[in-house]
Amino acid sequence: MLIKKPGDIKPSEITDESVYMRRREFMQTTAGLALLPFVKTASAKTEAALKHVKNKKFSTDEKLTDHASITSYNNFYEFGTDKTSPAKYADRLTTSPWSITIDGEVAKPGKYNLEDILKPHSLEERIYRLRCVERWSMVVPWIGFSLADLIKRFEPTSKARYVQFTTLYRPSEMPGQKRSVLEWPYVEGLRIDEAMNPLTFLAVGLYGKVMPKQNGAPIRLVVPWKYGYKSIKSIVRISFVQNEPPTSWNLSAPNEYGFFSNVNPEVDHPRWSQRKERRIGEFLRRDTQMFNGYGEQVASMYRGMDLRKYY
Amino acid sequence: MSINFNYWQARIGKPLIFALCLLPFLLLSFRLLNNQLGANPIEVFTRSNGEWGLRFLLITLSITPLKNILKQSWPMQYRRMLGLFAFFYVFIHLSSYLVLDQFFDWQEIWADIIKRPYITIGMSAFVLLIPLAVTSNRYMMKRLGRNWLRLHKLVYLIAILAVVHFFLLVKADFYWPTVYAVLLGLLFTFRLRKYCSLPLGK
Repeated sequence: MLIKKPGDIKPSEITDESVYMRRREFMQTTAGLALLPFVKTASAKTEAALKHVKNKKFSTDEKLTDHASITSYNNFYEFGTDKTSPAKYADRLTTSPWSITIDGEVAKPGKYNLEDILKPHSLEERIYRLRCVERWSMVVPWIGFSLADLIKRFEPTSKARYVQFTTLYRPSEMPGQKRSVLEWPYVEGLRIDEAMNPLTFLAVGLYGKVMPKQNGAPIRLVVPWKYGYKSIKSIVRISFVQNEPPTSWNLSAPNEYGFFSNVNPEVDHPRWSQRKERRIGEFLRRDTQMFNGYGEQVASMYRGMDLRKYY
Repeated sequence: MSINFNYWQARIGKPLIFALCLLPFLLLSFRLLNNQLGANPIEVFTRSNGEWGLRFLLITLSITPLKNILKQSWPMQYRRMLGLFAFFYVFIHLSSYLVLDQFFDWQEIWADIIKRPYITIGMSAFVLLIPLAVTSNRYMMKRLGRNWLRLHKLVYLIAILAVVHFFLLVKADFYWPTVYAVLLGLLFTFRLRKYCSLPLGK
C-alpha cells in the first residue's frame, strides 16, 4: 500500500512547547476554579550532596527533566513492573555496606568495598539524554565518573573482549524479584570498546546528590546512546569475559531486544515504531535521533555493521 | 412489590449506576488536568481508559450469568447502559491515542494500524463495537428482530480481541492480561455450560 507523505509541515512545527505549556496552565487554572487541587504526596527525601565538577564537554544544554519525574517514573523491575513501584519500595534496599566483585580476565580480581572502588575517582556531572525503549525520554544530570577510568585500574587482559554487569539479587529487599518476570539477577553487557568509550559512565548520584535508591543506588551504569535497559542499576559484579555475555531483556525476548540495543529510529521494535519519543514533561513527540544524538562519539564503533541485524 | 422495585430502579438504581460508571473517567480527567497522573500523564490516561473499556466489556458479559445465578431478571435492566459505557471508555481510549498520544500524526497512525498487530487488533475491536452501540436502542432492536441478537454476539469476539490487544502490548509482565483472560474464560464457561444444558447445581 502506498502511504502518501503529508505536506512539509511537521507536527512539531505547528505547536511548540511553550504553547503547550500555556495550554496546560489554562486547563489547570480552569479546573482549579471548580476543584481544590490535591496535596502532592511524593516523598521529598533529601540525599547527601556530592562534591563534583561540571563536565560541559560531555553535557547537553537541553532543559533538564524535573527531579520529581526522574525519581518517580522508573523502570526497575526488581521493585515491581509499575513505573511508580521503585519509588514506593526502593526505600527498603540496604546500600551500605556495598561491595562489587571484579573477576574474569583481569589482573586484579577481587571483592572490593564500594568506598575503595570510588576513592581514586573525582566526580563530575554529565547531563545526558536517556531514551527508553518504551518511547519516552528524559534529560538527566548524572554524577559519577568514566567507566574507562575504573576498568584501567583493574587491568583487564587481552582476552577481555566483553564486560558483563550484574545487579544485586536480594528478594528480601527487592520484592519484584519474587516474581519471575525476568530471570534474576538482572545482567547486562558491553563490548570492551563500548565499555571504554569516554561517554560510558558509572553514576553514583543525580542532581548533585547521592543516587536515589529507585534510580539504581549506590552505583549504576549510564550508556546514553543505548536504550535505557542497558544502563544496569545497583551493580554488584563486573566481569571481564571472552564471549558475548547474556543480557536480561535479550533472554526474555530475543527477537525484540538485541545485545547492542543502540538507539536507532530506523529499526523498529517488532511491536512499535522507534521513530519518535515523548520527552517527559512535553506534549508533542519529538524525533528520535540515531544513537540518541551521540553518533559523533560512538558511530565509528559500529562501522560496517548491519544495524538491522545487530539491533 | 414489583412496581415499587421498578420505581426504585428507574429513579435511584439507574442514575446511581450511571454515576458510578462515569466516575473513573471523571477522576482520570480531573487528575490529568491537575497534573496528578505522574511523569507520563498521557500514557497513564490512555492506558487507564483502555483498561476501563475492557472491564466494562467483562462486566457487561457477566450480566447474563448473574441473571441466571440470581434467577432474577433485574440485572438485564442495566446491560445496555454497561455495554454503552464499555463503548464510551474504548472511544476515550482511542481518542486519547489519536489526539493526546499521536496528536493527529495520521501517517504514523496509519503505519501503526497496518504494521502493529496490537493496534490492528485494538482498532478492529473498536470498529466492531460501533454497530453494537448504534443498534443498542429500542427502535433498532425492534427493526432487526432476531438479527439483533445475532449481531450482538459480536461482543464475544470483541472481548477476545480486547484481551489479545492487552497481551500484545505488554512488556514481560503478563499478570494483568492473564487475569482478564481468565475472567473472560470463566464468563465463556458459564455460557457453554448453559448451551450444553449441563445442570447448574441440581
